[in-house]
Amino acid sequence: MAERSMSKLSSEPLLEVTDLAKHFDVSKPWLARKIEGAQKQILKAVDGLEFKINQGQTFSLVGESGCGKSTVAKLVVGLHKPSRGVIKFEGRNVADAHSRADSAALRRRWQMIFQDPYASLNPRWRVRDIIAEPIRVFGLVKSRDEQIDKVGALLTQVGLSPVDGEKYPHEFSGGQRQRISIARALSSNPEFLVCDEPTSALDVSVQAQILNLMKDLQKEFGLTYLFISHNLAVVYHLSDKIGVMYLGRLCEVAAAKDLFTRPQHPYTRLLLETIPDLEMTGRERVPVAGEVPNPINPPPGCAFHPRCPFANDRCRSEAPTPTERSGHIVACHAAEEGRLPDATFQAPKQPVAS
Amino acid sequence: MSDNPLGTTRPENLLHRILDSDIFYSFIRSPVTVVSAIVAAIFFFAAAFAPWVAPHNPFDPATLDLMDAFTPPAWEADGTPNFPLGTDDQGRDILSTIIYGSRVSLIVGFSAVLFSMVIGVGLGLLAGYLSGWVETIVMRMADVQLTIPAILVALMIDGVAHILLPIHLRDEMAIYVLILAIGISDWPRYARVTRGATLVERNKEYVSAARVIGVHPVKIMLSHVLPNVMGPVLVLATIGLALAVITEATLSFLGVGVPPTQPSLGTLIRVGNNFLFSGEWWITLFPSLALVTLVLSVNLLGDWLRDALNPKLR
Repeated sequence: MAERSMSKLSSEPLLEVTDLAKHFDVSKPWLARKIEGAQKQILKAVDGLEFKINQGQTFSLVGESGCGKSTVAKLVVGLHKPSRGVIKFEGRNVADAHSRADSAALRRRWQMIFQDPYASLNPRWRVRDIIAEPIRVFGLVKSRDEQIDKVGALLTQVGLSPVDGEKYPHEFSGGQRQRISIARALSSNPEFLVCDEPTSALDVSVQAQILNLMKDLQKEFGLTYLFISHNLAVVYHLSDKIGVMYLGRLCEVAAAKDLFTRPQHPYTRLLLETIPDLEMTGRERVPVAGEVPNPINPPPGCAFHPRCPFANDRCRSEAPTPTERSGHIVACHAAEEGRLPDATFQAPKQPVAS
Repeated sequence: MSDNPLGTTRPENLLHRILDSDIFYSFIRSPVTVVSAIVAAIFFFAAAFAPWVAPHNPFDPATLDLMDAFTPPAWEADGTPNFPLGTDDQGRDILSTIIYGSRVSLIVGFSAVLFSMVIGVGLGLLAGYLSGWVETIVMRMADVQLTIPAILVALMIDGVAHILLPIHLRDEMAIYVLILAIGISDWPRYARVTRGATLVERNKEYVSAARVIGVHPVKIMLSHVLPNVMGPVLVLATIGLALAVITEATLSFLGVGVPPTQPSLGTLIRVGNNFLFSGEWWITLFPSLALVTLVLSVNLLGDWLRDALNPKLR
């Protein structure tokens, strides 16, 4: 840390996650289990995740539905308690903040933007109260007038009008609601925003507006983002670094451009194959074979081996460990042994957020 | 709001907003509901202002005259316009006793509903939001109580209280005991509905958003979840009012409710029942009709409210 702080601001890790795991007990109730003689069932939603996010940068997690991306988001903001592992915010272990004052001081510095703009705003509250909630909870303003001013400024910042504060959420469209969500997240002046698929419930044109807004805000306030998405094209234009998740583990972490042009892991390649592209219309596509296996009972060895065209016996029995290879962190035996054919991809051309 | 450039269709004040709402529209469109609302309103008004509305004060011994006893209704041969619905065995005006009686019935009904709502909604919120062992304990308690008919629970509580209270307090405390008994007998319904709705709301992202910034769970329950689960609870409470009035009448009819010195509709029916076979039918018939009308109109209102608040039927 000491020698790192000499270098420029953006290289200092704001968030550092080591060996993060979340296991859910999904067994039947005790009595039913005893009668049927069933075993306890543990769902390993997240299992041994490691990543760092530098200040002012965007780290994205991508992966198919059910791979545990949203669980990571919830773990980071403290909605779930990790089963194992350490989350460090500015080098301090988050789990050490026991007292109310300590945890409030930490919670003030991060915020979350949610996926469903129709569920993330309390339908019975006026927009101004929704946005002011973090301000009130952290006691950031002294008077009611100051609070009204601040809410008005936030609404303007996200492209709405201060008079919109008087309305209720149902009077707004999905995109406008997501703007309100962003205003609420910004109201406590956080440094770190966790965005759990903030655009997946919006239609494409509105997605672009919201992504642009998020980019602008990042520039203006120097925000750091943890961005969760299943949409690779969205992720490309927003991220500095990308982590690809499969069944609760990271299979590849690399800088955005690198990951898109020189993917190492077979799963990353498979995902890139599926990005729709106007120029490539009509080309032969390799269909994505198979489905995500059941995380309660994951395949032995590398979890991706049943769908991997390069799997061999080692892949079927031994789980790969993430290792650094030409700037990528990859967890794959085939990549390690050099069994993979070279593959280069073209990065998505049209900026999605334009 | 008038300086809002976009709010051209937004009504100016609260009255307009109410008149403009979907609920008011569905209210106006249903004649049955309008009639039952009017009937219920008349009952509530008469009960609230009984001393001014009732033609006589049936509980002031000075105004009673035993010579007036058993006067039939005004349209019968021996009736007088002074007692439009006749008098009972002590010369009390039936119309006035009904007005005072529905006052007692409604006070007991409202208080009991409020009481069971506070217990039921409180426990339901806790059970639904906290889950785990709290939920198990609360919901199993509710399940056990639901296996026993509510009226039996109320009878039991009433009986126990009766034994525990000193004799000189029994009549005085009877109305509170009744409220307690009916209230406790009915809380599981509120707890179940509240818990179900809370389970849905607690997983919504606005609750997560509040949790992220560290809002206290009790505050989340009261300011976020509670307003969003009140819809179904209010419907239940309206129908619950009718049920509470009936339960009260049943208990009073069985003789364990309010004392005859402060009769409710149920007490009036029971007292009048004794004279049914001697030909004085009006003493029991009119309080019964009043009870039926009151309960029916409140029930119909509840039914309408349930449909009006159900987005699937809109």
